[in-house]
Amino acid sequence: MTFLKSTLAGSLVFASLAGAAMADEDTIKVGVLHSLSGTMAISETTLKDTMLMLIDQQNAKGGLLGKQLEAVVVDPASDWPLFAEKARELLTVHEVDVIFGNWTSVSRKSVLPVIEELNGLLFYPVQYEGEESSKNVFYTGAAPNQQAIPATDYFLDELGVEKFALLGTDYVYPRTTNNILESYLKGKGIADDDIFVNYTPFGHSDWSKIVADVVALGADGKKVGVISTINGDANIGFYKELAAAGISADDIPVVAFSVGEEELAGLDTSNLVGHLAAWNYFQSADADVNAEFVETWKATMGDARVTNDPMEAHFIGFNMWLNAATEVGSTEVDAVRAKMYGQEFPNLTGGTAVMLPNHHLAKPVLIGEIQEDGQFDIISQTTEVPGDAWTDFLPESAVLMSDWKDLDCGMYNTETKTCVQTLSNY
Amino acid sequence: MKRSFIAKNPSVLIFLAILALFTLLITVMSEGFGVGGISTSFIKTLGKTLCLCLIALAMDVIWGYTGILSLGHFAFFGLGGYMIGMWLMYERTRLIVVDSLAQAEIPPTDGEVIDAIGNQIFGVVGSSDFPLIWAFADSLMIQLMLVVLVPGLLALVFGWLAFRSRVTGVYLSILTQAMTLALALYLFQNDSGLRGNNGLSGLQNLPGVTASQDHVSLWFFWASAAALGGGYVLCAWLVSGKFGSVLRAIRDNEARVRFLGYSVEMYKLVIFTLTACIAAIAGALYYPQAGIINPAEIAPIASIYLAVWVAIGGRGRLYGAVIGAAFVSLLSTWFTGGQAPDINLGFYTIKWVDWWLVLLGLSFVLVTLFAPKGIGGLIDIFTDRRAAKEAKQ
Amino acid sequence: MRQYLLAGLAVLAACLISPDRSSAQDAAIQPILQDHQALIVKSSRKTIAPVIEAVASSGLPQAQTVLEVWAAKNMWQRKEDGLFFIGERIDSKTYALIDFDSGEAVGEFVKKDLKQIKPNSGIRALIGTALVQFQLSDPNTEARRAALLSIERDPEASLLAPLRASIEGEPNAELKAQKQRLERLLTIGYDTNEAARLTAISDMSGDLGVDVRATLNPLLTTTREVALGAVPNGVNVAQVLQPGQDDFDVITAYNLLVDKGLAPALHTADDVRLALGEHIDGGSVGGVPVAQLNTEPARLKAYAALAEAGAVPAYVGDNAINTPLETHVFFEAYVEPSQVVTDAAAQALKDIELKVGLNQTLDLTLDALSLASIYFLAAIGLAITFGVMGVINMAHGEFIMMGAYTGYVVQQLIPDHTVSIIVAIPTAFAVTFAAGVAMERLVIRWLQARPLETLLATFGISIALQQLAKNIFGTQARPLTAPGWLDGAWAMNDVVSISYIRIAIFILALIFLGVFLYIMKRTRLGLETRAVTQNPRMAASMGINPDKVNMLTFGLGSGIAGIAGVAIGLFAKVTSELGSDYIVQSFMTVVVGGVGNIWGTLAGAAMIGFLQKGIEWMNPSNTLAAQTYMIIFIIIFIQFRPRGIIALKGRAAGD
Repeated sequence: MTFLKSTLAGSLVFASLAGAAMADEDTIKVGVLHSLSGTMAISETTLKDTMLMLIDQQNAKGGLLGKQLEAVVVDPASDWPLFAEKARELLTVHEVDVIFGNWTSVSRKSVLPVIEELNGLLFYPVQYEGEESSKNVFYTGAAPNQQAIPATDYFLDELGVEKFALLGTDYVYPRTTNNILESYLKGKGIADDDIFVNYTPFGHSDWSKIVADVVALGADGKKVGVISTINGDANIGFYKELAAAGISADDIPVVAFSVGEEELAGLDTSNLVGHLAAWNYFQSADADVNAEFVETWKATMGDARVTNDPMEAHFIGFNMWLNAATEVGSTEVDAVRAKMYGQEFPNLTGGTAVMLPNHHLAKPVLIGEIQEDGQFDIISQTTEVPGDAWTDFLPESAVLMSDWKDLDCGMYNTETKTCVQTLSNY
Repeated sequence: MKRSFIAKNPSVLIFLAILALFTLLITVMSEGFGVGGISTSFIKTLGKTLCLCLIALAMDVIWGYTGILSLGHFAFFGLGGYMIGMWLMYERTRLIVVDSLAQAEIPPTDGEVIDAIGNQIFGVVGSSDFPLIWAFADSLMIQLMLVVLVPGLLALVFGWLAFRSRVTGVYLSILTQAMTLALALYLFQNDSGLRGNNGLSGLQNLPGVTASQDHVSLWFFWASAAALGGGYVLCAWLVSGKFGSVLRAIRDNEARVRFLGYSVEMYKLVIFTLTACIAAIAGALYYPQAGIINPAEIAPIASIYLAVWVAIGGRGRLYGAVIGAAFVSLLSTWFTGGQAPDINLGFYTIKWVDWWLVLLGLSFVLVTLFAPKGIGGLIDIFTDRRAAKEAKQ
Repeated sequence: MRQYLLAGLAVLAACLISPDRSSAQDAAIQPILQDHQALIVKSSRKTIAPVIEAVASSGLPQAQTVLEVWAAKNMWQRKEDGLFFIGERIDSKTYALIDFDSGEAVGEFVKKDLKQIKPNSGIRALIGTALVQFQLSDPNTEARRAALLSIERDPEASLLAPLRASIEGEPNAELKAQKQRLERLLTIGYDTNEAARLTAISDMSGDLGVDVRATLNPLLTTTREVALGAVPNGVNVAQVLQPGQDDFDVITAYNLLVDKGLAPALHTADDVRLALGEHIDGGSVGGVPVAQLNTEPARLKAYAALAEAGAVPAYVGDNAINTPLETHVFFEAYVEPSQVVTDAAAQALKDIELKVGLNQTLDLTLDALSLASIYFLAAIGLAITFGVMGVINMAHGEFIMMGAYTGYVVQQLIPDHTVSIIVAIPTAFAVTFAAGVAMERLVIRWLQARPLETLLATFGISIALQQLAKNIFGTQARPLTAPGWLDGAWAMNDVVSISYIRIAIFILALIFLGVFLYIMKRTRLGLETRAVTQNPRMAASMGINPDKVNMLTFGLGSGIAGIAGVAIGLFAKVTSELGSDYIVQSFMTVVVGGVGNIWGTLAGAAMIGFLQKGIEWMNPSNTLAAQTYMIIFIIIFIQFRPRGIIALKGRAAGD
């Protein structure tokens, strides 16, 4: 069934690619750098499809600057060094004007030196750990203060959680996020003993002991909450174990930062109703633009497919880039970048996203409860929160700020009033 | 009569000549020094391929000649990369830090410089202190020595333990695979001190070098070519003398060699450690070209691919390993790069990105079943025919 | 906010008694809701308490309905006039509204004109607590159960009295027991009578429930205090602290003084640097040239000079710590003032902790057993092919994956989960049996004398199968859902519990062990297989067809892998990488246990399972490390027992 669908979709993509290639040599090339094979294909293929859909839509509207857009899709195959190689290929061989791509932090760190060396432009659509600012990257996903901090506040204020279990997969995003959260929680008066941290490998499946550990945390009479930065497949085993242990969201709520509609598709969610996720977008967002977006997506990819947060990020990023390029009248990187600052575009949740001088977006933070049908019921939505590249909750980062518009520096030390470096740290 | 090394190994001269010609051709065509017919990204791909050929040589010596199917040589390759990566990362960060601290009103103390470097390197993974294993990261000379010493020592200890207790055959293969997995899992931990899953990145930017990547890529290409040439001569010399005969004898019947009074364990240990060092050098050249090294590189699957390259190229002949590694890895790049045109069958479109691995997998099966000598076997057919002709005359 | 609620409940209690409020019965609840319209719509736990209080204390019969409807997310607001109603879904776009006061339908409305009020879990808990009053003696059992759940989640002093009052009339024995238990717990926490609390503590001591510990532990909450001279009277002291002992080091002690405002803060290196930076005067600071300020001593010298000149406060460094520490006494004080209670609680907890420790060990053992059974299940097929035929099947993991996907496909065709699992198990066996036989016929048979090449060829099949699964099923994980009767967990007490699905896997593993032993020891095929294993040529000359035996054993091994796939898919995930996650562990299970012996595989699985859980227990915050150390241990183990725990002897063990 899926086979047929993907085949159909595949041939459509092929047809559109071939069509675009034949139409005109004089096109504007858009690089799509998402893994189509390997471990990350699970998440990234969707984003490639999103980009192709957006580009098709734009072409139907007449393209950009009177030219058609042409997608150049490459497959870095979830192989991090290959990301650097493919990025170089996109910029030097295919000479693309902009790249939309990457998912994992390590792949972004792999691409950074290349993008900076060749002065490319990358739109990165996934929530990440922050602590980075590159002149050549626009971070359209959430920074920690746009996802982790508000979700923690929600735990503290709305659910009255007093004891925290920070569970994560052992890689940079959970490590850094948990570091920030630990420091933040301590600032809120949560004692060291009331923060339990655990790291598991990618794809971990044996969760019984960890779930038992979490339950045991409740022994000192404080309300326990779980903040999960568990990545990808491992979530399935985790939630199954959670359901089996009969842990109700009212007793021990779990808020996840990496679980969206796509991940829930691999699960029976009837036992997980009420657990939480924090994102900047949910498919269930009540807005006309969203209804339209979801409808187009389902029409292109099939009814069973869902939309998620990184897709919205690409949607915003792509449209902002189009508008900036239209204003400039060309796709020249430096000129487009200058026009990106302050660029506004309606996001899919009914508000307006604004691009800030630190290359992050101002976006609302949504908290949703898992429902039986695998969708999220949005129970809290903040006003737009400006993304912060350097967190205020770690002492070394608190003094840093990023402002590419006026200071032309991504790592500016406000204490010594100097620019630490103009390249990013990778 | 004692024949000369070259006479015994006619392929060495031919190989060196082809390699030199190839290097010259690529240089002339490059963007850095030549007409610009070949993109820098392709030069990097070629340079990396040469490194892969070098480790394939090592694999061929240990497997094709000695009969030990090691599924752990990529671990040594990766460790080599990590060792050089530590210096590259430390030194680049140090230059940036010193530069930025020089702007401060009060000159920094040494401790502050170290702290700032640690913060830059480890801040990304939620830490800021230098782990002990970075003790020598500030010295290029020591790190270069460690490139060979660390993997060499690991191979020595592991090999000594394994060979001493007479672990052989498939058991040894699984044991080496377990070693690789353990190392990869260890490095995956954030607390390993080598930046966990993120690994070491930005390695393509040589500290203090301002030349563009168009040039840097060529330097590494030349270095890789030289290393491959040197490695080829070394391996050919190793396997052609008496030492090589003993190795082949171990492959064919270990028990008999032991009865003849040879210390089989010692021979195995020496060759295991030596090939590990060659693999490490290949890795140290590979990762500055790739730009990033992380634990995923060491995953057991990589070592299995290595065995497959050698099998496809043809075991027990050095040029076979080189051909196999170059052929399969370049083909992989081509197919997964999306350059290969999709085949539209009307009812179904074969996308190479999706089907390449299926094809590759099945081709191993076919090669092992029908062409155990691999691609190298084709050359045999050719040379045999010529030899037969000469014999007739 | 808790006080608000308490106040509200007090008012409620008052108005339940006072007769003059009964006239309010006719009044409507809508005005009360309208009074708090903004807060209800804002829906934040921090501000909602007065609203719940107002509704609960209104004395109106509708109050309970409102609260219940509100908590169930069924309260809707009509946008045009801001009134609140019960909303009933007609279809995705239309809702019928029902008035709270009259209970009559108001009409059908388009969703666009309405706003759903979505209280979050925190607000729902507050509403639940407010509802307790109404529900404790509700004729509906479920309502009473809900009330008890609310008390359990948010125990409060004010709930003690109504709870006690409701125990007498409780008809349901189970709920009565629960009520009595909760009453004991609330007594420990909130009763004003010290003797009653002590009795309750002794009643509950020895109970393993998390809720008991959750009640006792807060009694023992301590704070670190400091006093000049000696410990003041009237403080329930837990422990007097000596600076520099245990985890209470000198710096911590000093910082406590700083926090209490009893000593000046220590200067950090950063403080010094910043202070120096502010006082640069013509290229030097305090007489020291700026260029020389790149060492700590030079900086301190410059700072001292500045301090002498009065430009900065005097330097407070390590040498300033000791004096104030000597004049102060540090201690930990219980928040709970009664020493008798804290002593009893501490004693009770100590008793419980010992029991908890024992039970945790038991729980860990169960986890280890479960993990061992999963490894055993994954490895048993491999043990057959590897042990009996000496064939390394790298595609074994992919057979497990095939089994899991078969389960998924069957579940798509047969929606009933119980039936689909019953169908899926034989189907998975059949599919993987066929695949195994095909592989043996087409590939392995031709490579019999070349084990290393078999390894490579089967590896090729492995990557081809994995990619094929990706092409067919996509990269997204697929759901394989266990039937309803396997949901949940078997809980001996609050500490020891194990999910039914793991028990099922454990039983499945036992069944396989039995089936395998039966086949090997009691059937013709088993006899022939053993003969071929020991000496193929001799077996062939005795009229056994080794080809057929090999084919069947390989099929059997693969078939079992398929069933294992269904089981693993049920408790973990179904993706194309499922197999490769288990392959290395499976190999190690077989090798550690000893090749060619099912008991060896069992021992190997048990050892790896227990070892991994043991390491996890020692280092609970890093599961990855546990796996790493386990593998290293196995490598070392194999050095000493190269042929595994249970090694075959004689010729059968030949290379």
